[in-house]
Amino acid sequence: MTSRARPVGGKLLSPSVQIMIALLGFATIAAAARFVKGLGATTSMNDGFPWGIWIAFDVVVGTALASGGYAMALLVYVFNKGRYHPLVRPALVTSFLGYSMAGIAVAFDLGRFWNLWRVPLFFWEWNGASVLLEVALCMFAYTLVLAIEISPAVLERWDADGAGRRADFARRWLPRLERALPFIVALGLVLPTMHQSSLGSLLLVAETKLHPLWHTGLLPLLFLLTAFGMGYAILFFEAIFSSHAFDRPLETRLFARLGAFVAGVLVAFLAVRFSGLFAAGRLGLTVRSGGYSFFFWAETLLLAAAAFLFLQQGVRASAAAQLQAALLALAGGTLYRIDAFLTAYRPGQGWVYFPSYFEILITLGIVATETVAYVYLVRKFPVLAGVTETRTKPVPAAVGQGVAS
Amino acid sequence: MARISRRAALKTFAAAGAAAACVPEAADARVERKPSPEDHGLLVDAVRCVGCRACVTSCREANGKAPDVQVVNGAAYDAPIDLNAQTLTVIKRWEEGKDAGYVKAQCMHCVHPACVSVCMLGALHKGAGGVVEYDVAKCVGCRYCQVACPFNVPKFEWAKALPRIVKCELCRHRYAEGKGPACAEVCPRDAVTSGKRGELLAEARRRIEARPEAYQARIYGETDGGGTNVLYLSPVPFGALGLPALGEEPAPALSETIQHGIYQGFVAPIALFGALSIVTWRNRRSAEHAPAAGEEESR
Repeated sequence: MTSRARPVGGKLLSPSVQIMIALLGFATIAAAARFVKGLGATTSMNDGFPWGIWIAFDVVVGTALASGGYAMALLVYVFNKGRYHPLVRPALVTSFLGYSMAGIAVAFDLGRFWNLWRVPLFFWEWNGASVLLEVALCMFAYTLVLAIEISPAVLERWDADGAGRRADFARRWLPRLERALPFIVALGLVLPTMHQSSLGSLLLVAETKLHPLWHTGLLPLLFLLTAFGMGYAILFFEAIFSSHAFDRPLETRLFARLGAFVAGVLVAFLAVRFSGLFAAGRLGLTVRSGGYSFFFWAETLLLAAAAFLFLQQGVRASAAAQLQAALLALAGGTLYRIDAFLTAYRPGQGWVYFPSYFEILITLGIVATETVAYVYLVRKFPVLAGVTETRTKPVPAAVGQGVAS
Repeated sequence: MARISRRAALKTFAAAGAAAACVPEAADARVERKPSPEDHGLLVDAVRCVGCRACVTSCREANGKAPDVQVVNGAAYDAPIDLNAQTLTVIKRWEEGKDAGYVKAQCMHCVHPACVSVCMLGALHKGAGGVVEYDVAKCVGCRYCQVACPFNVPKFEWAKALPRIVKCELCRHRYAEGKGPACAEVCPRDAVTSGKRGELLAEARRRIEARPEAYQARIYGETDGGGTNVLYLSPVPFGALGLPALGEEPAPALSETIQHGIYQGFVAPIALFGALSIVTWRNRRSAEHAPAAGEEESR
């Protein structure tokens, strides 16, 4: 966790950050309405679709987009690719923010949110069969682990401040964290392995409702692979936008080698999915399911195209192609997860769901909060490594950049 | 590229593999729930039901639920079209070719319920007599029960700021007064009968034998979805009544087998944690020294 990272500095309230804060204001009003009036009056969720975009996007997709820290820790600490070390800390920061925001989304979604505190504490009531309980506990624990993993960024800043109580505290704890690092990292790998796969397991029980192109015993493995694929893809996305927004050097060559690895993950996903369909005798459904076939092939082609572009990086590295590949992989993975939880979910009896303005506004507010927090952390704390001189007139952060985490 | 630590990576996978090897043995550890002839249940007979909806009204009274009033052209009707936050049982029309009739819907009180399997703190649980009970104090309102239930039974109070899950609990609050389910009490044609599961099965078989031309030669719920304590008789295939084809395995069997298989005794996660700790510990040094190399490479 030691690094040569330095704060980027620069103006905090750039125009795009101001837009984000305005969005956050509107979302707060929507949030107040949700808590006063209840879920029925503010959302499109219903007894057929009890889970909407707050679960399918904010949690299920959001934590996959926040898998960069998981993917990067695996590469650097387990596969021992030390050269990627400068990418670890920014990845952990976006992961921490992504998981925190997923937690906030859950608080909006839960009907009886005031009982949530019982879930981690009332261990004697835990139902060991509940996949959701495992997901909830793992996500909660992993968010804490991520906070510990990024704490050196704050401690280094305090240390650099010079004297005082905070500096003493930092100097006492930095070496301790250093020693505990292997165990924290290992925990930070086991927990997401568990709950990212279990996000897929959540749907195992809904066999009568989930379309057979999506329902398979392989759901946990497929969700784990999309977490990896999206986790690595988000790193490309973040690095390229950070370099643009904060005027940092591009790590195109470093990323070119990573591309082959990501391509392997994406190909593995497609191979597992198709062999599962073949084994179940469901390959025919891929062309005979009307709209579902369309979504199935959209996911497949997006991920296949991403894998192809990533593989090409081994031959000729190009930042533009890397960005395209990353976006394709993110789109494919996002679509797969949304489809599994919403599009391919068929509760029957004419139930329909499309998110309400409130739901969309609150989701946007959560993304905005995350972006503002990221910009703040990166500018004020040593997160990004190898910073060259910042320009006197900093380029405003791109609006899209925050969606990254 | 993969010059370093292939060995370390192999070790990790070997450890994970060893942990995974424990899985087949553990997979059998899923809790098996067998139907009990002593469990409380209902027998719903779609041949006898004439759709009078006395059961719907008495259910409301017994459970203190307000009528689900819809105003159509200025006239008010208590005419729920499905189970909802105020309606624990409902009568639906079915049509199948030339045949048509009515059928009652409510919680099936599964022997091995999906809602109970997925509930985080056991707000939904199997109570005395196999009744699937709800304890609001343990509910966080996650609505996973609604996702899991193949019968779409648990309903959520969407209209309330402080909501709860609502479903039939077989009028268990009336047992102390010596009363059973209100719906069965008022049914004028014995289309809904309450009793013990074993007795209800015997009665169902008696009815099929007495009029084999009128009934399907099968009792829905005897084995469907691992068995339910609410049993159905029908003049037409059960799909026409809106009852899903479930097979004999309980709905949560697959998820419990996979989940228990992976997490039995927490062996696999602990083994993975141990292996990753060792590998990370060994790789620690090179990861620390790497930033310089990484920075140079990036220029």
